[in-house]
Amino acid sequence: MPFNLDILALSPPGWGGVLLGGLLASLELAVGGYLLGLVIGVGGAFGKLYGGPILRDLLEIYTTLIRAVPELVLILLLYYAGTDAVNQLLLLIGLPAVDISGLAAGIFVIGVVQGAYSTEVLRGAIQAVPPGQIEAARAYGMSPFLALRRVTLPAMLPYAIPGLSNLWMIATKDTALLAVVGFSELALVTRQAAGSTKSYMTFYLAAGALYLLVTLFSNVVISFIERHARRGMPRTV
Amino acid sequence: MNQETATLSAYVPPKARSLLEPHRLFLMAVFLVIVFCAVWFLRWDWMPKYGSRLAYGVWQTLVMLFWTSVVGFLLALPIGLVQVTGPRPLAWLAKGFCTIIRGTPLLLQIWLLYYGLGSLFAQYPEVRSSFLWPYLRQAWPYGFTALMLSFAAYEGEVMRGAFAGVPRGELEAARAFGMSRWTMFRRIWLPRAIHRALPTLTGETVLQLKATPLVATITVIDVYAVISKVRQDTFLTYEPLLLLALIYLCLTGILVGGFRLLERRIPTRGA
Repeated sequence: MPFNLDILALSPPGWGGVLLGGLLASLELAVGGYLLGLVIGVGGAFGKLYGGPILRDLLEIYTTLIRAVPELVLILLLYYAGTDAVNQLLLLIGLPAVDISGLAAGIFVIGVVQGAYSTEVLRGAIQAVPPGQIEAARAYGMSPFLALRRVTLPAMLPYAIPGLSNLWMIATKDTALLAVVGFSELALVTRQAAGSTKSYMTFYLAAGALYLLVTLFSNVVISFIERHARRGMPRTV
Repeated sequence: MNQETATLSAYVPPKARSLLEPHRLFLMAVFLVIVFCAVWFLRWDWMPKYGSRLAYGVWQTLVMLFWTSVVGFLLALPIGLVQVTGPRPLAWLAKGFCTIIRGTPLLLQIWLLYYGLGSLFAQYPEVRSSFLWPYLRQAWPYGFTALMLSFAAYEGEVMRGAFAGVPRGELEAARAFGMSRWTMFRRIWLPRAIHRALPTLTGETVLQLKATPLVATITVIDVYAVISKVRQDTFLTYEPLLLLALIYLCLTGILVGGFRLLERRIPTRGA
């Protein structure tokens, strides 16, 4: 009984289409959360390196808190607190409360969690850039933003990519935690499919294979990106 | 992709050397006001009623963390070792195990073991009548197994790097002294590898602590499950979760401090 593959068919009697839909939702979450995390990370890293004392302390508290509390707890807290805060804010400026989509809330949650980790990764990478290069950019009269775009960001990329690719893997796996707040991504969809057909093993193995495919495919892409970012650098290994 | 785990930096607490700078005093005042508001305006009257259950939950979390880490680490040693020096099929097996465990979410692994394997076991009368059945009917063996395998896979990858990173000269010196392979492993290779892996062990253990609440989704009672019960009973959204975050924060702090003490006790010589 355990491996009846008909139930994985793509059309409605089978659950394959539903699983793929869940995978798509997971990927949307992961991509959105990862990008939001990167934006927070760039801001946080520069704040930590060049910000004033209060900003620096606040960022330290942010990264420490996020990294010391389990993602599951953070996701619950931020999911409710985030949607609540938006509605309170809307109420405050006199707009009616809106129903925030699960996807937006999920991306916000994953982004805030990822932001703390990418802040640390990017801070380390920026510190690894020889300071002379940044000083040279300033000496050429580049504005801080131009120096950031032309010098600091491209120069730190080779140092940041191992950490950032690691974070991407964590982002894809953290999306599964949103099953706990009832967002129908791959893990929750799988659980529903397994529960209604009673063939638990088949569905969980199928979902595991899908997650694994995402990871393996990401590994291939990452190795390409890494090779591209490291071009022109001396080979150390 | 091999550097995946090693690059995740361990938790580093902020430096406390200049706690009395003016802006820090200001921040602390703001922080105290926030804490005071939280204590004053939020509802905490449920705390005494659930105190003993919370303590039990924390204890269960710590027990789970300790045993899954210890057993997982013991499992990680052979997984790391065979990838460095073992026969090809074993090395491939260990590598495949690490890839699969690290490539899928832990939540899914827990559910696969509990719902998938659990329902599979229930179908076979041989399993149902065996002496293990009273245990296999409960949730914790599945949660324990999933957490342990996860720790073994992540730490196995670290140990592979640590075993490979022990300088060859030291191993050759051991052989030159006439040590047998086993003696060399026991006296030189293993201690040196563990020493190299210790700094990452802190981070991995913190990650493991942060993974333990996932077993609450399969009805294992830990501190997270107790807090979920409180939330169901009292219809409060934030207060129990804030307390839970505070508990985990303290546990992480204690864990990091403990490991730092341990690391300081182990003498290091500049290489």
